[in-house]
Amino acid sequence: MSETRVGQVTNFDSWKHAYAKRAENLAVSEVRALFSVVSRPEVVSLAGGMPDVSALDNELINKAFESLMTNRPQYALQYGGGQGDLRLREQIREIMELDGVHGSVEDLMITTGSQHALELLADLFLDQGDVVLVESPSYVGAVGIFRHKEAHIEHVFTDSEGISPEALAEAADRLIEEGRKVKLLYLVPNFANPSGVTLSDSRRDEIIRICRERGILIIEDNPYGLLYFGQKPPLALRARDSEGVVYLGSFSKILSPGLRVGYVLAPPAIREKLVLANESAILSPATFAQMLISEYLSVCDWEAQVQSFRDLYQTKRDAALEAMQQYLPNIPTTRPDGGFFLWLTLPEGLNSKEMLPLAVTELVAYTPGTAFFGDGRGKENIRVCFSHPTAANVKVGIQRLANVVNRQVDLLDTFGSRA
Amino acid sequence: MSMRVLVLAGGISHERDVSLKSGRRVADALLDAGCQVEIREPDSELIGHLIATRPDVVWSTLHGAVGEDGSLQDLLALAKIPFVGSTAEGARLAWNKPVAKVIVERHGISTPKAISLPSSTFKELNAESVLAVVATELGYPLIVKPAKSGSAHGVNKVTNAKELGKAMIDAYAYGDLVMIERFVSGTELSVSVIDLGGGPFALPAVEIVPESGEFGYNERYVPGETSYFVPARLRPSELAQAAEIALTAHQALRLRHFSRIDLIMDEKGTFWFLEANVTPGLTETSLFPQAVVAEGSSLSESYLGLVEAAVR
Repeated sequence: MSETRVGQVTNFDSWKHAYAKRAENLAVSEVRALFSVVSRPEVVSLAGGMPDVSALDNELINKAFESLMTNRPQYALQYGGGQGDLRLREQIREIMELDGVHGSVEDLMITTGSQHALELLADLFLDQGDVVLVESPSYVGAVGIFRHKEAHIEHVFTDSEGISPEALAEAADRLIEEGRKVKLLYLVPNFANPSGVTLSDSRRDEIIRICRERGILIIEDNPYGLLYFGQKPPLALRARDSEGVVYLGSFSKILSPGLRVGYVLAPPAIREKLVLANESAILSPATFAQMLISEYLSVCDWEAQVQSFRDLYQTKRDAALEAMQQYLPNIPTTRPDGGFFLWLTLPEGLNSKEMLPLAVTELVAYTPGTAFFGDGRGKENIRVCFSHPTAANVKVGIQRLANVVNRQVDLLDTFGSRA
Repeated sequence: MSMRVLVLAGGISHERDVSLKSGRRVADALLDAGCQVEIREPDSELIGHLIATRPDVVWSTLHGAVGEDGSLQDLLALAKIPFVGSTAEGARLAWNKPVAKVIVERHGISTPKAISLPSSTFKELNAESVLAVVATELGYPLIVKPAKSGSAHGVNKVTNAKELGKAMIDAYAYGDLVMIERFVSGTELSVSVIDLGGGPFALPAVEIVPESGEFGYNERYVPGETSYFVPARLRPSELAQAAEIALTAHQALRLRHFSRIDLIMDEKGTFWFLEANVTPGLTETSLFPQAVVAEGSSLSESYLGLVEAAVR
């Protein structure tokens, strides 16, 4: 602690004058502080988009660990290449095939979670004021990166079939007409975070066409694609266009987010720059984590593990929808066919961010919809993540959420603040 | 033999984050002072742990009801475990802002006119008419705040009826008793009081100048958002008066070991009591540690002094 001397003035940040302008976007908030209660066991957290790693078979991880330390410790504990472990890239190629994505190991790069790939891409493509088109709502981590790069985030109308091609074309043309550089379209097409919505098959080709005609690069972020509950999602955008789409994947949802391993498949020219940027930022992705995953994929039945995750999350999704029907029957929600999330729309006049203190009192946590917009929208929305608590606790959490909503409705009615 | 201190931090409250930060800072200072320190969350095993390990002293940095409403203090006293900070009696008087205002007023200290009401009053008597009477009698601008909360959570300054209704909803999100207080414009001050065993005395007043004009949550806890002048830029006679008022409030509310009294000095030089803090924040940007250092002491020295005072 820098200690104040007698007669002095301090603001506790001697370097405030020296920060880059973009650092202004890196501010903590009261909402973030309220979230600290989620670590208490009494609180049911429907907030963080976390996988249920308790469902992971630790024996399989131990098996992979022992195999790695027996056979390749001298590599696992050493620096690696900036592009990532070749053996793992070969295995990732096979995983991507499950989504219909064919790619060369040469065009694959390993990253520290797919969040890191997104950061590198944003750094490569976005100057201040450049436009990124995103869904309404969009992934909070992406919104944060684009905001930090001082990009203009344009939310495009999205419905139960995903982002609207008509609205996309209109937004792109309008912004181009205004003289803006529309550089990227960022999408989570399968069981999106936060909406749970999947982009329909028919819209995928249309979106690719619209972007190609306007020179807009598509970033397809697909962490949830393998976590479908019934039918597989439609063929990936990258499977339809290898030049116009950069594809992001991750082991965070199908194995463990603690390992921090993701990947990016990009056209060769972009991939080359990404590798240089990756080396510049971190020298090499964590070798140990990569090789542990590689061992896991080779010595364990990982597809059976993914299937058990699918079954588990489907049970939890069902519990969440059942609880919504029981406790909040008048609140519309999306009904995802995979992934982790429900997206709720509150009655008019309610503000999900302002309700958070009540949620702390009720021992439930959720993410207010405003987190998923770069333009202040989302007050009337809540993201419910059903993946992490037990199915029973998902129901308890939604019951508590209903208490929060009812209490807020009561206050609004009392003070006549509903529109 | 070094003192064994159990620092309680965290808990379930709207100020959990602040409590954790305060707890870690206290632990750092006490470790520097040579104490053996354990930081612990209050949980179902806490009482058993206290009885089994019997620390020399407990220092609670818990904010919110459990830490500040006297319950924990009563339990510790019952278990005969020494603790830093106010007894249950002092905690109960100061934690409830409307009660504290009545008590200090009886001791000749000015405090802005206010009314505290539960939400049921508004429901039963028609919120619009109740708020209209309140606004007419107190006059805008008004400060609306939860009657039992800290860190500026749910606090809003309002200038009209529409803002007032909205502010009531914000404040009730933190508790079922809300205080509506006449706003006093002036120099915002915080005067900490400490008692290391030789009797309480006031530390140098800290003057608070938030960049945004409002001393809200971010202005309190985000470095760079508020300028603090220590001592406050007041005349010596005014500083002496602020110290005297803080000391009187500390004693009137039967607070022990340390407290922080928040005041405003208006344009005419009148000091107004706003609230007393039973468990002042002890984070890196908090006011109490600033005052300690401004007095010429180190945090380790002073915090060790408080621990020693607790076992006497």
